[in-house]
Amino acid sequence: MLALKPDEQEMQAGREGKAVQKAMELLVRYAEGLGAEGFVDTRNVTVIPGSIPDVKLVREVVPSMDIDEIASRFLLDSDERVVVDKVKAFTTTNATWRDQDYPDVQKGSQAHCDLLQMLADYCKRIGMIHLATCTPYQVGNVPVRGEHLAWTESSAIAYSNSVIGARTNIEGVHSAFASAITGKTPNWGMHLDENRFGTVLVDVAADMSELREWALLGYYVASQVGLDLPIYRNIDSLPDMTRLMALCAAGISGGSVVMHHLVGITPEAPTFEAASGGRKPKYELPFGEAERQIAYDRLNRSKKDDVDIVALGCPHCTLETLRRIAELLEGRTISSNTKLYLTTNSMIKEMGRIQGFNQVIERAGGVIMKDSCCLELSLDPADVFATDSGKLAHYAPGATGLSNTWFGTLEECIDAALTGKWRGSLS
Amino acid sequence: MSTVILRGRKVHGGSAAGEALVARGPLGGYGTFDLETGKVVDRNHEWYGQNVKGKVLVFTTASGSSAWTIAHQAMRFAGVAPAAYVVRDNNPQTALGSVVARLPCVTDLDRDPTEEIETGDQVKVDADRGIVEITKRSDLL
Repeated sequence: MLALKPDEQEMQAGREGKAVQKAMELLVRYAEGLGAEGFVDTRNVTVIPGSIPDVKLVREVVPSMDIDEIASRFLLDSDERVVVDKVKAFTTTNATWRDQDYPDVQKGSQAHCDLLQMLADYCKRIGMIHLATCTPYQVGNVPVRGEHLAWTESSAIAYSNSVIGARTNIEGVHSAFASAITGKTPNWGMHLDENRFGTVLVDVAADMSELREWALLGYYVASQVGLDLPIYRNIDSLPDMTRLMALCAAGISGGSVVMHHLVGITPEAPTFEAASGGRKPKYELPFGEAERQIAYDRLNRSKKDDVDIVALGCPHCTLETLRRIAELLEGRTISSNTKLYLTTNSMIKEMGRIQGFNQVIERAGGVIMKDSCCLELSLDPADVFATDSGKLAHYAPGATGLSNTWFGTLEECIDAALTGKWRGSLS
Repeated sequence: MSTVILRGRKVHGGSAAGEALVARGPLGGYGTFDLETGKVVDRNHEWYGQNVKGKVLVFTTASGSSAWTIAHQAMRFAGVAPAAYVVRDNNPQTALGSVVARLPCVTDLDRDPTEEIETGDQVKVDADRGIVEITKRSDLL
C-alpha cells in the first residue's frame, strides 16, 4: 500500500497550489500502478517535453495553442489548465528538440519547430535548464553515485544506473514533469538496493576493443533478457564513455535494460558476487561469434547499397567522436548523392567550433545539428540510411518509415558518406 | 462455450472488452505507431501493419524510451486508443502509460497471458478486480 508523508499529503491536498496538486495526484496514480509503497525525494530530474506529438495533434487538442494548457494536457495529463510557478528539483531538458537553424530537414517543418521553441521557452520560464540533450552527463548534469534521480529518455537511464551508480527508473514524459514540480519520485525499482543486483550472467567471448561491438552486445542481450539485469563478465578491454554509451543505448532500445553490471568495471560490480548480491544467476547467456552475427543481421536490413543518408551522433556525439569525424573528413568532400547529419548538444557543438572541428565537417558537406535527433529528420521512406548507432538503426524503420538501414563502424559510415556506397561488413 | 479466467492485480482501473492482439515480446511507444490511425509502423514489431484501435493489447512488457507514455496518451487524444492492456511484467512505462492513456491495465496474473491468450480471442478486462476473462477464438467461430 502506498503511504504518503506529511509534505506529500500537503501537496496532494492543494496547499502548494493547483499545479503541484495535479503533479502529486498524477504521481500517486503512477505509484499505485507500480505497486510502490512510498516516494523518495529527488533533486535531479531530466524531462523530455520535446517528444510531444506533432503540432497537428497538439492544435486539435489545444486550439488556442496556449502553452500552459499544452503543458497541462500533454505533460501533466491534467484536463484542467494549471500554471506552474517554478520547479522544485534541479531539472534539465532531455532530447528530441529541434535545431532551429534547420527547420526544413526535420519532421513537422517550421510549425513544429515553432511549437518546440515555445515549449523550450516555457521550460526555461518554470526554472528548468534547457540542455536539450540525451546525454546530460556529458554537459552539466552529472549525477553522483547513490543519488535518487527521476530521469527520462533511454540510454541516459542505463548510463546513470550502470556507469555512474545513481538511481533512476525510466520515467515517462509525464512522471518526470511531475517529479520536477514536486521533488518526488516513487521509491520503487532502481531506487531500492534489492532490485539493483544483476540476475543474468553474460559471458563475453567476443573481442570488445571496437566501438561497434558494444552496440552488438547490448542489442543482442536486450533481445534475450526482458526486464532482467545482465552481468557482463570476461570483458577483455576497458571501455571508454563512448563505448558504454553505445552499450546502454542498444540495450534499452532493443529491449528494456535499465541497468547492467560490468564485472570489475562498473561501480556496483567490483566482483561477480557483489553484482549478483551473492545469488546464483537465473540463467546464463553466451556472447560470441554467433550472437554477434545475429545482432548485426537484425540491425542491417538494407538491400540497396547506394546510401542517401548517413546519420551519426546517437546518443549525442562526444567530443572524442567529433574530433575523430573531423579527422576522417579533413580536406575531403562527401558524395553529392549523400547527406551527412550529425547530432549533438549546443555545448559540444560550441566546443567543436572553438576547436575548428565543425568548420572541417561543414566544409566537407556535413551538417551538425544541435538539440535534435536523427530520428527527427524528415526522410523519404525510399532513402537508404547508414549509421554507427545501434539505437538509430533499431528505431529508424519505425520512427522514419525507412526500410533500408545499414549499421556499421564510424569509419564505414564516413566511407559511405564520401563514396555514396555502403561497403561495410562484419569482420 | 468455454471461458478462461486469469487473476492478477490492477495497474490502472476500469473495465473494457475487445478482441485480443497478442505479442510474444515487448511493446514499444516511440516510433511504434502511426498516432493518427493506431496502425503499427515499427517494422521490427510482430504487429507491423496491424491496428491497435479498440483492441485488448497483450504483451510481455514495455520497451523503449520515455516517450512510451506520450505515444499512448496521444492515441487517446487522436481517438485511436486500444481498449485495455494486459501486461505480463509491469514496468514504469506500462504503469504510467495506462494512467495517461486512461485505460484499464492488469498485471501479475496467475498464468502468462501471452501464452494463454491468442490474437483474435475475445477478452474482458476488469482491472479493478484484477480479472481477465478470455473467450477463445475457436469458440467464436
